[in-house]
Amino acid sequence: MTTRARWRKAGWVLFFLAPSAVPLLLFTVAPMVSSVWVSLNRWNLISPMEWVGFDNYRSLLTDPQTHTVFLHTLVYCVGYLPLVFAGGLGLALALNQRLAGRSFFRAAYFLPVVTSWVVVALVWKWLLNPTNGLVNTLLGAVGLPQPGWWTDPTWALPAVILSSAWKDLGFVMVIMLAGLQAIPGDILEAATADGANAWQRFWRITLPLLSPSTFFVVVISLINGFQVFDQVYVMTGGGPSGSSQVVVGQVYDLTFRYGRAGEASALSWILFSVILLITAVQIRGQRRWVHYA
Amino acid sequence: MPDLDLTAVAPNVAPGAAAPATAPSTRSKRHGVHFLNLLRYAAVLAGAVVMLFPFLWTVITSITPEGSLAGGPTLIVKNPTLAAYRTLLDTLPMWRILVNSLWVAVASTLLQLVTGSMAAYGFARLPFKGKNVVFALYLATLMVPMQVLVVPLFIEMKTLNLQDTYMALLAPSIASAFGVFLLRQAVESVPRELDEAATIDGAGHLRIFTTIILPLIRPALATVAVFAFMGSWNSFLWPLVVIRSPEFMTLPLGLATLHGQFTTEWDVVMAGSVFSILPIAVAYLLAQRHIIAGVAHTGIK
Repeated sequence: MTTRARWRKAGWVLFFLAPSAVPLLLFTVAPMVSSVWVSLNRWNLISPMEWVGFDNYRSLLTDPQTHTVFLHTLVYCVGYLPLVFAGGLGLALALNQRLAGRSFFRAAYFLPVVTSWVVVALVWKWLLNPTNGLVNTLLGAVGLPQPGWWTDPTWALPAVILSSAWKDLGFVMVIMLAGLQAIPGDILEAATADGANAWQRFWRITLPLLSPSTFFVVVISLINGFQVFDQVYVMTGGGPSGSSQVVVGQVYDLTFRYGRAGEASALSWILFSVILLITAVQIRGQRRWVHYA
Repeated sequence: MPDLDLTAVAPNVAPGAAAPATAPSTRSKRHGVHFLNLLRYAAVLAGAVVMLFPFLWTVITSITPEGSLAGGPTLIVKNPTLAAYRTLLDTLPMWRILVNSLWVAVASTLLQLVTGSMAAYGFARLPFKGKNVVFALYLATLMVPMQVLVVPLFIEMKTLNLQDTYMALLAPSIASAFGVFLLRQAVESVPRELDEAATIDGAGHLRIFTTIILPLIRPALATVAVFAFMGSWNSFLWPLVVIRSPEFMTLPLGLATLHGQFTTEWDVVMAGSVFSILPIAVAYLLAQRHIIAGVAHTGIK
């Protein structure tokens, strides 16, 4: 190849890749690298940085507050995942058969998915208002106890979980519905011919064949769940008295309220490692239970 | 709405073709079947009420006179009023905030489509040294969540004097590795013979890209557009960090600010919510089939 031809070729590569590579370098890779740097320093965003090595990581790992925010985040995931999964799967199963107004229902369930987290959090904060919110009014009408929801340390996290599950139910439903429709009908028919009842068909055929979709939902939900922030910030602000503070909320507060950017960066990297680890474990473990047809 | 999609594939399935492949449930003529169907319908209906009623409640609250909210709003509003909307528009430049949200979402969607499809073509069609390494680096950026970037990105914007600008809002979403990944798969699925035939006819890369590749990867472009638009429209953490003045706020940030000022005036807060749901709800109703199909196809293996 002549030099000229080689330059031409390089020129085309640059032409097609630069528009994405330059912004990714400037606004993702560069901040990523400097975030590592910041995490090794003590820094309040104003005065010069002070090198502390791994001190931020060390103090964070032993700080009870870190354990608390991780615990809250974990509780959020553990509460949220079964709710969206069971709800989404149930709706998908119901919609996977002939049904009058099926596309209307599908569209209705999906509407919260396109609504922003902030709106969902506000609407639910109002629905779950302890004194004159709709939910407590209804609970009171049938004589059930009326929790203080986001004003009560015990109920703040459940309130966040409930509204988050409501928002994402439609998303899970759409993924599961797509999975259900990919299951060949003749397998189910053959099972019916062999005398399997609906219950057996669901557990022995539908659920195993659905496992790729289930896997996708679990992986994505946990990745997003560990990064929960918007709805907590709006609904409870991490309160009352820190009872619903989550990891990303702590990153935000450390940086912009307490001016401890070094620790905030370190905490964000700890969170990233946790997410990476959990995802890796799931991907390794999928061979055991995920069946690709 | 997830913004991370590690296992997203299969963009070559056309959206809109969401086949209603109903499982042909063998209709046994047992008595229970009718009752079961009724039960199923009741469940689906109850689900729809749970999903839709909060939206109705939001509208009802927003037109209820403030004084009558103390006892909780009622289904039928006695003296409906638009006072809350007036307060809303007097407090924040809501129209401008709405336009900001739209403009940033549209701009970042278009940018991601252009940068993403170009990179996809580069990775799928141009042979060059170290391609796999570069592609792996792209994928690595996909895994880094926003909260890791927030602090240094904020400092970067401050040093570049970009705080409180549209550029700051757009910066992290000019290109998305997720889009590149999805679109590359789509370009790969276009038969190379088409390119080769065009090359014989004297077409260069640019012609092949615009006249052959782009039209054939339209379904994948639609999926990327849906995710890009929703990602930008809903994004909160980054605007919260980098925007201070109301003139550059987007809807989620504007709403959170509104709530900060009117902590107990739920009619105003709900008016703001209606204001921000309405445009996206209309867009959603118009493109509902394509949006759902686009989301569904990220989950199929």
